Amino acid sequence: MLRCESLTQTYLSGGRPLTVLNDITFSLERGGFLAVVGPSGSGKTTLLGLLAGLDQPKRGRVELDGQDLGALSEDQRARLRAAKVGFVFQAFQLIPTLTARENVQVPLELRGEPAEARAQELLVRMGIGDRAHHYPAQLSGGEQQRVALARAFSIRPQILFADEPTGNLDAHTGATIIDLMVSLNRELGTTLVLVTHDHELASRAHRTIRLSDGRIVEDTGASA
Amino acid sequence: MIGPRFVLRMAWRESRAGRRRLWLLTGAVTAGVAALVAINSFTQNLRVSVAEQARALLGADLSFRSGRAFPPRVEALLDSLIAPDSGAGRLARSGRRALQVSFVAMAYVPRTTGVRLVQARAVAGGYPFYGEIVTQPAGRWRALERQNGVLVDPVLLTALHAELGDTLALGNGRFPILGTVLNVPGDIGVFSAFGARVFLPARSLPATGLLQFGSRADYEAFVQLPPGRDAAGIAKQYRSALRELRIGIRTVEEDREDLSEALSRLGNYLGLVALIALLLGGLGVASAVNVFIKRKLDTIAVLRCLGATSREVFAVYLLQALAMGGIGSAIGALAGVALQQLLPLLFTGLLPVDVRVVPSPGSILLGTGLGLWVAGMFAALPLLGIRRVSPLLVLRRDVDPAAGRDRLARLALLPLALSVVALAVIQVGSVRDGIAFAVAIGVALFGLWLAARALIGGVRRWFPSRWPYLWRQGLANLYRPANQTVTVVLALGFGAFVLTTLFLAQNNLLREFRPGGLHTRPNLMLYDIQPAQQAGVAALIRENGLGSTPAVPIVTMRIKAIRGVPVSKLLPPSDSTTDSAAAPRQRERRPRPRGAPSPWAIRREYRSTYRDTLSDTEKVVAGKWWGREPAGDSPALVSLEEELAGELGVKLGDEIVWDVQGTDVPTRVGGLRAVEWRRFEPNFFVVFQPGVLERMPQMLVMLARADSVARRGTVQRQIAERFPNVTILDLSQIQQALEGILDRGALIVRFLAFFSLVTGAIVLVGSVSASRLQRIREAVLLKTLGATRRQVLHILVAEYTALGVLAAFASVALASGAGWALTKWVFETEFYLPALQLLSLTVLLIGLTLGVGLWNSAEILKRAPLAVLREE
Repeated sequence: MLRCESLTQTYLSGGRPLTVLNDITFSLERGGFLAVVGPSGSGKTTLLGLLAGLDQPKRGRVELDGQDLGALSEDQRARLRAAKVGFVFQAFQLIPTLTARENVQVPLELRGEPAEARAQELLVRMGIGDRAHHYPAQLSGGEQQRVALARAFSIRPQILFADEPTGNLDAHTGATIIDLMVSLNRELGTTLVLVTHDHELASRAHRTIRLSDGRIVEDTGASA
Repeated sequence: MIGPRFVLRMAWRESRAGRRRLWLLTGAVTAGVAALVAINSFTQNLRVSVAEQARALLGADLSFRSGRAFPPRVEALLDSLIAPDSGAGRLARSGRRALQVSFVAMAYVPRTTGVRLVQARAVAGGYPFYGEIVTQPAGRWRALERQNGVLVDPVLLTALHAELGDTLALGNGRFPILGTVLNVPGDIGVFSAFGARVFLPARSLPATGLLQFGSRADYEAFVQLPPGRDAAGIAKQYRSALRELRIGIRTVEEDREDLSEALSRLGNYLGLVALIALLLGGLGVASAVNVFIKRKLDTIAVLRCLGATSREVFAVYLLQALAMGGIGSAIGALAGVALQQLLPLLFTGLLPVDVRVVPSPGSILLGTGLGLWVAGMFAALPLLGIRRVSPLLVLRRDVDPAAGRDRLARLALLPLALSVVALAVIQVGSVRDGIAFAVAIGVALFGLWLAARALIGGVRRWFPSRWPYLWRQGLANLYRPANQTVTVVLALGFGAFVLTTLFLAQNNLLREFRPGGLHTRPNLMLYDIQPAQQAGVAALIRENGLGSTPAVPIVTMRIKAIRGVPVSKLLPPSDSTTDSAAAPRQRERRPRPRGAPSPWAIRREYRSTYRDTLSDTEKVVAGKWWGREPAGDSPALVSLEEELAGELGVKLGDEIVWDVQGTDVPTRVGGLRAVEWRRFEPNFFVVFQPGVLERMPQMLVMLARADSVARRGTVQRQIAERFPNVTILDLSQIQQALEGILDRGALIVRFLAFFSLVTGAIVLVGSVSASRLQRIREAVLLKTLGATRRQVLHILVAEYTALGVLAAFASVALASGAGWALTKWVFETEFYLPALQLLSLTVLLIGLTLGVGLWNSAEILKRAPLAVLREE
């Protein structure tokens, strides 16, 4: 489902190139659940951005569902995301001017699919059906993350990228969110890529990659 | 494939919470659209009114105009024109003809001793045949045909302190004032300030004794054709033959075309002033959208992350901008329709037609469309930045959304500039003027932008690090991230630039008519003095204790031949088919070939003099002055004004034969003079060497000076009583009349320009509010760290003073440049900078910037630190 080869990323920092990721290679099968862990600044988020096609690597390649992201234009990558990718972020990233349900509708509408009923169904499933007409600012952190999760799963994505999804939540709410993600992974066969520095959370993944200074220092549970 | 439905829905939902922020965009286009709709609708009303009233404007089917009484064969022609069609049998109706003789004279009311220069019009034959002359009391116009008496302009009654029934002296005639004339179709009301109209029956003319040999008068014959005859055909048939006799023909259709074109052009140019407001609004739109997009970066990144293409996101926000621009344009159009009702008040007395004010759907559509276009075009530019918002922003805060140069955004400036040019060209109806206008706007904006950049760079580079902290803090705000320097300087500076340029143009124009030495030079000009009256008039002036200049003789003449070629052969053949009324238009449209004489200069009547000394308003620039040497046997010498010599295409030594009231006088060009026309003195295009004109029919001009209004009145009254044929120009009255008219014109332009300032203020408010949040946070931090409100206020004052000083000085400097260019190339006079007024204007602008800035910052001072910190 996901495969990266010799992935290297550098940024300019104070005028000098800073290597954030160095020669990352791995692949992940369909329906897999991968946790990427590591201390702050180890390159986890950068890796997630490259895997999801939000950025272009300096070197190396990423293949998502058999498609080479490097060969696609920015807009073609956007289309690919609209078709196959879901996201959950630490800061939820809901659109503040849309209601909960409208936020869930966005990816469906981008695909030109009927959106309202499905969005409502997902919200009910997330246990916040009664909050559908509330704006993000009127929701608690946990509720916002449920909306984000509903949005991510609305298109039945083949792969879901989650960046510290429980980072802004208390332990109990965080656990509930992870439960939801895992059950969806099981039901829909969605591949999960989870970036976290929460070991307990990472332990629920089938496989864990540990990063340090931009390199893979540990890869447990790899099937290959 | 994603359809427009997503874009539409998203634009609607996404705008719900942010609409308040886009109101600035709406406001920015409103004022401009309002001004454009108002002036363009009104111009359309003018066109329609001219078309509707065309026949009444001329009052007849055809008019024949001449500078002297019609010769018998023209009289015969006029009679033949109104004769019934011989083929139509005995029942055929004949036409009618009427006459109007116009001349300048002094009117005097013995009861009040008031005296005034007037335009007398002697009418006969039932003029006008179409339309109506409105009098007070009603119906007096037709009474004029039977009754002996005059109808006058209402202003004349006021000026002479007279009332209906009073006796008015005109030359030797005495007439009761029967009524006042309220409306004469085709007349421009304000011109009565130069000479009020007095209508009298033509049969009373001999009683005045005013039209003696050599007196100037215009004769106009009006013809109502019998049914079935074609005015245009007649005009075409007789035009060239009549031209030989210096008689011009006008038809209703030509009149309508000329007037419609002139008024349309006037409206179009006034529309340019309104267009400035709209374009300035465009800057406001760009600035509003820029701020708006900065707030929306997260949302854009999320949308991109979820799979929306940059084009879709661009469309979502463009649609929002268009919707708000559309609302602004619609409100503007409504306001424009309301404003249009006010315009006739501003134009009172300036137009020859009665304007029926109705909303013009075309102009409303055009104005709304232009508003929408400006909103879209100017919003698109900052929206292009959306393309460069990386979806990565959802993961990393430190991604710069617009790193590096955006080539497409720069390329997009080109269509923007081109469409501004197109807009101006369409509005003004002239490619050259449209381009000039667009370029001038571009130069002004670029100049202001440069000034703003220079300020930012200058403050940074030479930062006054020794100044007190509060000043430093205020000045640093000018270049810190999210500063408002460029926007404020552009918004306020541009409005100020437009108004200052208009002020300078008006000031210089008025100065042109306000010559120096107002307190010592002559202020009364007495002309049409017969040679026999010279001694009497001079004595009367002396008796009143006034100084006067020696009498200057004036002889009227026309050119007969130049270098042996008769006038008829000098004119290009095609010119002889055009009418004199249309001549200015022809002259403008078809440049005459190099070296060919101008028809105007060839055909006109010259009022020349003869003398042996130069006056102090002229100097010889070529050839020599004859001095005391009188003309001998060879042709007499003449000295021509240098520009006239150019118009005639003559050089030193060329021979010119003059037709002096029937006598041929051969001359040779002996010299050329530069003449200072602005001085209130009798200046001449042509001066003769003494010895040839002395025995020709002539009249005299004399200048005098009287300081008090009362004394000027007394002299004028005594002259009017004793020498009724002598006309007196009172410089101060002409001055007042001119200033009155120019002020009226300037008021209209300023009224429209005012919308630029309104737009500028809206944009200013917008740019100040854009950074308000950041400022509140700063102020709160400063307060938390121990700054008093007074100190925070001080910082704000420092910042807005610097901004105001820059905007004011940059705009005044640019406007001075523009004013200079206008004065030099359009008015063709010397430029004068009214320093004191400009300084007050600069102070006013600084005050305005400071005022708006502080007013908008009131919240910054009021907010308690804790309240804001809690919000964080």
